[in-house]
Amino acid sequence: MKIGVFICHCGENIGKTVDCARVAKAASWLPGVVCSIDYKYMCSDPGQNLIKQAIKDHNLDGVVVGSCSPHMHEKTFRKAVSDAGINPFLCEIANLREQVSWVHDDVEIATDKAIDLVRIAVEKVKRNFALQTIKVPITKRALVIGGGVAGIQASLDIANAGYEVILVEKQPSIGGHMSQLSETFPTLDCSQCILTPRMVEVYQNPNIKLLTYSEVEKVEGFIGNFKVTIRKKARYVDDTKCSGCGLCIQSCPVKKKALSEFDENLTFRTAIYVPFPQAVPNIPVIDTSVCTYFVKKRESGKVACQLCMKKCDRGAINFDQQDELLVENVGAIVVATGYKLYSISEKPADSPIKGYGEYGYGKYKDVIDGLQFERIASASGPTAGEIKRPSDGKTPKKIVFIQCVGSRDEAKGFTYCSKICCMYTAKHAMLYKHKVHDGEAYVFYMDIRAGGKMYEEFVRRAIEEDGVKYIRGRVSRIYPKNGKYIVKGEDTIAGVPVEIDADMVVLATAMIAQDDAPKLAQTIGIPYDNYGFFNEVHPKLRPVESSTGGIFLAGACNSPRDIPESVAMASAAASKTLVLFGSDMLEREPTIAIVNENICAGCFYCKKVCPYNAIEIKQIVDRNGNVVKEVANVNAGLCQGCGTCNATCPSKAVELLGYTDEQIYAEISALM
Amino acid sequence: MQVGYYPGCSQEGTAKEYDMSLRKVFNKLGVQITEIEDWSCCGATSGHVTSHLLSLSLATRNLILAKEQKLPQIFAPCAACYNRLAVSKFEVENNNNAKCKVEDILGETLNNLPPVLNIIQVFQEIGIDKIVANRVRNLKDLKVACYYGCLLVRPHSITNFDDPENPSSMEQIVKATGAQIVDWNFKVECCGAAHSVPRTDIVLDLSKKIIDDAVEQGANVIVVACPMCHTNLDMRQKAMTKLYNNHKITPILYLSELVGLSLGFEPKELGINLHFIDFNIPLMEEEKVL
Amino acid sequence: MVQNNNFQIQLQEIIHENPDICYQCGKCSAGCPLRIYMKEPPNLIIRYVQLGLYDLALNSSTIWLCAGCQTCSTRCPKNFDLAKFMDGLREIALVNNIPVKEKKILKFHKAFLKQIKKYGRSYELGLVMDYKLKTGDFMSDVDSAPSLVLNGKLSFLPHKVKGKDKIKNIFNKINTKKCK
Repeated sequence: MKIGVFICHCGENIGKTVDCARVAKAASWLPGVVCSIDYKYMCSDPGQNLIKQAIKDHNLDGVVVGSCSPHMHEKTFRKAVSDAGINPFLCEIANLREQVSWVHDDVEIATDKAIDLVRIAVEKVKRNFALQTIKVPITKRALVIGGGVAGIQASLDIANAGYEVILVEKQPSIGGHMSQLSETFPTLDCSQCILTPRMVEVYQNPNIKLLTYSEVEKVEGFIGNFKVTIRKKARYVDDTKCSGCGLCIQSCPVKKKALSEFDENLTFRTAIYVPFPQAVPNIPVIDTSVCTYFVKKRESGKVACQLCMKKCDRGAINFDQQDELLVENVGAIVVATGYKLYSISEKPADSPIKGYGEYGYGKYKDVIDGLQFERIASASGPTAGEIKRPSDGKTPKKIVFIQCVGSRDEAKGFTYCSKICCMYTAKHAMLYKHKVHDGEAYVFYMDIRAGGKMYEEFVRRAIEEDGVKYIRGRVSRIYPKNGKYIVKGEDTIAGVPVEIDADMVVLATAMIAQDDAPKLAQTIGIPYDNYGFFNEVHPKLRPVESSTGGIFLAGACNSPRDIPESVAMASAAASKTLVLFGSDMLEREPTIAIVNENICAGCFYCKKVCPYNAIEIKQIVDRNGNVVKEVANVNAGLCQGCGTCNATCPSKAVELLGYTDEQIYAEISALM
Repeated sequence: MQVGYYPGCSQEGTAKEYDMSLRKVFNKLGVQITEIEDWSCCGATSGHVTSHLLSLSLATRNLILAKEQKLPQIFAPCAACYNRLAVSKFEVENNNNAKCKVEDILGETLNNLPPVLNIIQVFQEIGIDKIVANRVRNLKDLKVACYYGCLLVRPHSITNFDDPENPSSMEQIVKATGAQIVDWNFKVECCGAAHSVPRTDIVLDLSKKIIDDAVEQGANVIVVACPMCHTNLDMRQKAMTKLYNNHKITPILYLSELVGLSLGFEPKELGINLHFIDFNIPLMEEEKVL
Repeated sequence: MVQNNNFQIQLQEIIHENPDICYQCGKCSAGCPLRIYMKEPPNLIIRYVQLGLYDLALNSSTIWLCAGCQTCSTRCPKNFDLAKFMDGLREIALVNNIPVKEKKILKFHKAFLKQIKKYGRSYELGLVMDYKLKTGDFMSDVDSAPSLVLNGKLSFLPHKVKGKDKIKNIFNKINTKKCK
């Protein structure tokens, strides 16, 4: 075999610590090496041309490049040799940067090590096989998990590009938290007015299969070829028959047992319900924990109520409906499951997060959180948009808003900043002032974070035009007195204590991960951080991809963010999906496992340990069709080349192409 | 039940009735208390406020004595003493630097120091049921505001006792006496503590606020578990009446006195007559407990 | 802003709280029960230390008005033990003989500790007498005294601890350490 060795200086990165000329010279003496050169930047065009030229001049059939990590440029060099006519898998990289120049100081020692690494790479490449990339078909359908504004955007983008999307949403309706808001900053657009057209678009789009009141139960497979099991929970309403007339809801006698989740527990809803009038789909759901029929059935087995069924003239109510398990094949998954708000209520003693006792542990009725204020301010909310105290319905004349509750808090909450609170608090204060002209609004803040477009101007408007008083300091305590709430704070700029007898207090609580986020991450197979947020591969350059191929992230499930960012991220995730769907076949690395059927004893230990279920049982038959023996067989489409089978096989019958035992022994021998 | 007793300096002086009442009550409830022999001052506020090492050394000396006298656990009825003993124990056990310095000062090795309890924890060990079982008077005409003060519940990481913002352990014991609980807002607000002598003006102000809130929420008696708090709320009330013309006189009882009353002791036996503010609330007739 | 290294070193010997973790949110000052009597709020004292302005911190009345109630430390979102930090500031103020703004408060503490050093336990009559002599404040509490005496709550003689020499020893050892 004729091998060429190419040592890269990588500017000063390698060249400063490794004497590349000496490495190249030493390599030229290795058996099999017919040409050995060094160059400043091997990955550059001239550098690559050097390699290509050398291949032609010396008729090379194997190449070793001493450079940075294969992670960086293996693809570059493989393409270069491929252009020059050699199979790309006959090119090996010796990592002289991350493994030599970046971890050693002494030039002598570093150069000796570099020579060793080149030597073993040469021995390896002598035993490389020419391999072809495996082409795997891609299922050009996408799954979007989460029907909030991010999930909606991603679904529409992918669907409008011509591909089928399955949108799975846990709640009975899509819309997420954005549908709960009254108005959005900085434009003060009515939130539902701008969102519901999108929601309807999703419902009507022929490419989108909308599964609400459903959850993802199992995810198998890999990029381009996922198999997803979805549980469509029983609504007890037949969605093919229901017309959304609402008679069932009107007739339901259970009026004061269940608190409305959509209204953030400020009002009651019925047992059979639709979360809000503009729900998509407008098909009700029965809450079996409070529905008289289900309760009585559990207690005594007797049949009771069923008024909704009697009222429905389309026979859409079905008390015997069961959960449905659907299995869908998709090629990409977009995770857009959103956030929840931190609650200041009392936590169990062993919880790492503590509640806020100094603010009353959530027991004071008029000390509420941001989403509750949104519902109060919303025209479709429990008070029809009038600002009223939950306790007695009176109009508050003094409202105190407190920022950073649970955020930037190592003691009781989360160390990070929740990003949106400064903006929505300014918005809340403005909305209050617009509705209660003689009201006084106070905001206790630590800093103002208003970095988006028109955001700073928005906050200044609240202060300069709407007369909201901003007080710089945290609040130490809130306690009730004579129907009001004493708020004890401090203005650190003036250096004076500030005590306010407020009628109502709104806490801007932290944006946190959903309760079931870790469980969902484990189901899907993506990493998450200690807060439960799903991790991106690279925070700077790859913000919408998870480290699992084919799974993309969008919105607040990754980190606290506002609506424009979530929408942008959703479109980005959609574009990544479309890139994936842009090819007909997915090219996969051929460095997979292969079974030597002559040696294989048929013990199938490999099958037991394979994490991708890529090993099957193959029957070897004789001419008469009698089974001679059973051996293991690797499914090239599923094998990821992890090597677990190779490590497990007691007979050494299964090997990894590109990393055969022979190659590894040769590398080790070359070192000795 | 056996427990070592660290009285603290005020039990011999201004908090005499606290000592009297707790001895009688614990005796009735079957708790054997053994006073630590030759105990000395824990340093109180003046210690830690002027010298960290002095404070640790003074307090730790008593823990060593308790250990030598083979007391498995000790309790301090004064919240400040409890706090100093608990904090000092925590520091010498978790901070090697502090441990070495204190060992050097005291000339003793520090290990296996007994745990420190406060009086509420002792009652908790006795058990609510036992108090109820021994109850002779039902104190249902008493509307009690439980005042914890600062040092029973803080710092939470060391005392690890009850909720530092809204504690309820004292209320459980008060309930056992039959008295009514008043929910109020100043359970853990500072009374002014050691400023009692040098800045009495501050203490009058802070303590008045505490009594006012208790009264506003409907209390007719405040129960405490600390001699400093008692002094500030009881002894200083006379000055409050002179300074503020709307002050409502409210008796201040030690927790042990309250429990003592429910166990059938007469106020005089418990030392309640030694208070500055008289306790005049009529107690229900003795009732037979079935 | 010159970092006053000497004070910084002294402070770090006593306590191990890093003042840089404080982000000046003011929650401590907001909840401090003594705040309204202070000219400089607690968070400002930390700010002084952060900027190396030890003189301003140590000369303040704030550190002496602090009652050590721990409300600040309990509520601090950065888990900064401000109460302990105040202890540290007081100690180095004394060691460096910095004039104390709240003279009566310090005199009380000194009188208290004098009794402990002498007798091992607090001798309240002695304490009160010593304090009154030091401050010239003879009239306050005069009306409470008779009751206390009559009730046997103010004993005429000190209770002495048998090991009081050991206690004296503790005081002496610590004083020598300070002088080093």
